[in-house]
Amino acid sequence: MSEIFGIPTQALFGQLLIGLINGSFYALLSLGLAVIFGMLNIINFTHGAQYMMGAFCAYFLLNKLGLGYWWALLLAPVIVGATGIVIERLMLARLYQLDHLYGLLLTFGLALVIQGLFRNEFGSSGLPYNIPKALEGGRNLGFMFLPNYRAWVVVASLVVCLATWFVIEKTRLGAYLRAATENPALVQAFGINVPRMITLTYGFGVGLAALAGVMAAPIYQVNPLMGADLIIVVFAVVVIGGMGSIMGSIVTGFALGVIEGLTKVFYPEASNTVIFIIMAIVLLVRPQGLFGQR
Amino acid sequence: MRFPKRTLMAAAIALAAGAAQAQVSDGVIKIGVMNDQSGTYADLAGPGSVVAARMAVEDFGAAKKGMKVEILVADHQNKPDIGSNIARQWYDVDKVDVIVDVPTSSVVLAVNEVTRQKNKALIVSTGATSDLTGKACSPNSIHWTYDTWSLANGTANAVVKTGGSTWFFLTADYAFGHALERDTEAVVLKNGGKVLGKVRHPFPSSDFSSFLLQAQSSKAKVIGLANAGADTTNAIKQGAEFGIVSGGQQFAGLLVFLTDVHALGLDKAQGLLLTEAFYWDLNDQTRAWSKRFAQGHKGAMPTMVQAGVYSAVLHYLKAVEALKSDEGPKVVAKMKEMPTDDPIFGKGQVRQDGRKIHPMYLFEVKKPSESKGAWDYYKVRATIPADQAFRPVKEGNCPLVK
Repeated sequence: MSEIFGIPTQALFGQLLIGLINGSFYALLSLGLAVIFGMLNIINFTHGAQYMMGAFCAYFLLNKLGLGYWWALLLAPVIVGATGIVIERLMLARLYQLDHLYGLLLTFGLALVIQGLFRNEFGSSGLPYNIPKALEGGRNLGFMFLPNYRAWVVVASLVVCLATWFVIEKTRLGAYLRAATENPALVQAFGINVPRMITLTYGFGVGLAALAGVMAAPIYQVNPLMGADLIIVVFAVVVIGGMGSIMGSIVTGFALGVIEGLTKVFYPEASNTVIFIIMAIVLLVRPQGLFGQR
Repeated sequence: MRFPKRTLMAAAIALAAGAAQAQVSDGVIKIGVMNDQSGTYADLAGPGSVVAARMAVEDFGAAKKGMKVEILVADHQNKPDIGSNIARQWYDVDKVDVIVDVPTSSVVLAVNEVTRQKNKALIVSTGATSDLTGKACSPNSIHWTYDTWSLANGTANAVVKTGGSTWFFLTADYAFGHALERDTEAVVLKNGGKVLGKVRHPFPSSDFSSFLLQAQSSKAKVIGLANAGADTTNAIKQGAEFGIVSGGQQFAGLLVFLTDVHALGLDKAQGLLLTEAFYWDLNDQTRAWSKRFAQGHKGAMPTMVQAGVYSAVLHYLKAVEALKSDEGPKVVAKMKEMPTDDPIFGKGQVRQDGRKIHPMYLFEVKKPSESKGAWDYYKVRATIPADQAFRPVKEGNCPLVK
């Protein structure tokens, strides 16, 4: 069997694929962040907590209402998105005139409060959530055993990411959105309800986080702290990709998943720091991020 | 006639209380429960350990005996620097006499050093590294509930003897994981098994797929999980997804707590072999005590380390009472001298190297069909007698007993 750096090529393929799967979570989450930052100029630190709420929402739908995974996939983003809209209307809307820092502090505080409340109620070891029947099992690809559920996660998140990119960059609605960020007064003058559009955009970004949460629930435990560590990594992804760049966040999400996966093979001890090393290098060489403008 | 009698009694009690108080520093015995109150180890120790410590103070009857006991709580967030800062602050400013519980071996080793410097007392229940009674042993510390050696001795012995001869380790990359891996590897090799590989993962980790894939391609019969808490549950859960067990490999959870099994659910955890010092459903005493504990802890049954905190605090208070002093190393010496007895572990003793001795149990997690409901999870596979459950004193190389 041929080898690369002492690792059999077959094993390497497996690790690349695993990296891609993890990358799809980074991509989905960083996409939501990028949409919110690009359109609202808010650095949404509540994103990790909202991802966690998505997973909890799936858990409750199953255990209180008997609605399974597929319903959760549909309903959780709507429900959590609605809570996002409330937060935007009641709190964030008051901060648009101020420096970024205020939005960051508010959302960071909110994240701590939400996580604390969930932890108090449900403890820290998490709740079980099973893989839906239709996606149980897996197939042998020759170089690795690929669980069906993981294959589904990659495909689903790719579709959602590309659809979001398409809507924002290629449709009329997206054009309004982008115009509204550039010059809200002018767009308003054309008869478009800019505040409502902004509110819905925030709700949509939060919905993306909740969607990622539902997809994560069968893989990880449904845990109040599941978003707390992830959010830091995802922020690094957004910074590397370029704040607010939609395509940048998708591509870097997947790419960093792969890089992290490879680190887990060659030097696992560094696998949770490698992304921050890359972030530091990117900030030094290209402060606006790989895909950022300005 | 009754009035003066009463007054006399009150005076006597006040005097007795005064006498007892005069001996302990600043009149109060201060017990600091230090653990992870909010992170990955919060459920298995956390607030539950505080509940257990309070129960011990109450059952000891401190108030009736006129001893003033105060319990302080702190969250060390699993970080050694935060842990040692809290310990310094507690010893120097808050006049804490003893620190108990302390999960996370890296933090324990740091707090152990601070305790030695300040000449106070430390009783470890949740922290696991067997170095505490080995090269890091101290006249100020006692290791109470279990350690990495006893876990390896229980689980790895049983697994290797039932045919699990080749191993691959998934190890949490810090003091605890390293110690558990080392002690387990020794047992595996001693029994004629082989270690085919190991991977050290960052603590805490959430995604184990990459590591599981490496374990899978090693073709080892047993995947030893030298980690704890959410790391263990995530690895087992994702292992099911990657067909580890259906592919003919087997997990050995080297440190699994009751709360982990609760979080995983029996369908994922069934058949798992694990070693613990305590289970609520062992006998009438443990059942009665655990029921009281659950009432004070949102209905959750105690883990072995929470129960261990109760047992430790109780014995500590008995020693202080007998000694009429709360001076760190003296109390620790007294605790080693007095035999232990409580509803948790029954009768036992504390060895010269600081190791508390009692039986350990090899449990098997029940099938969902065998369980009568929530918290009915274990059946006893074997009882390891107290004299075999822990590392022989000679092998530990503790400088205290040389």
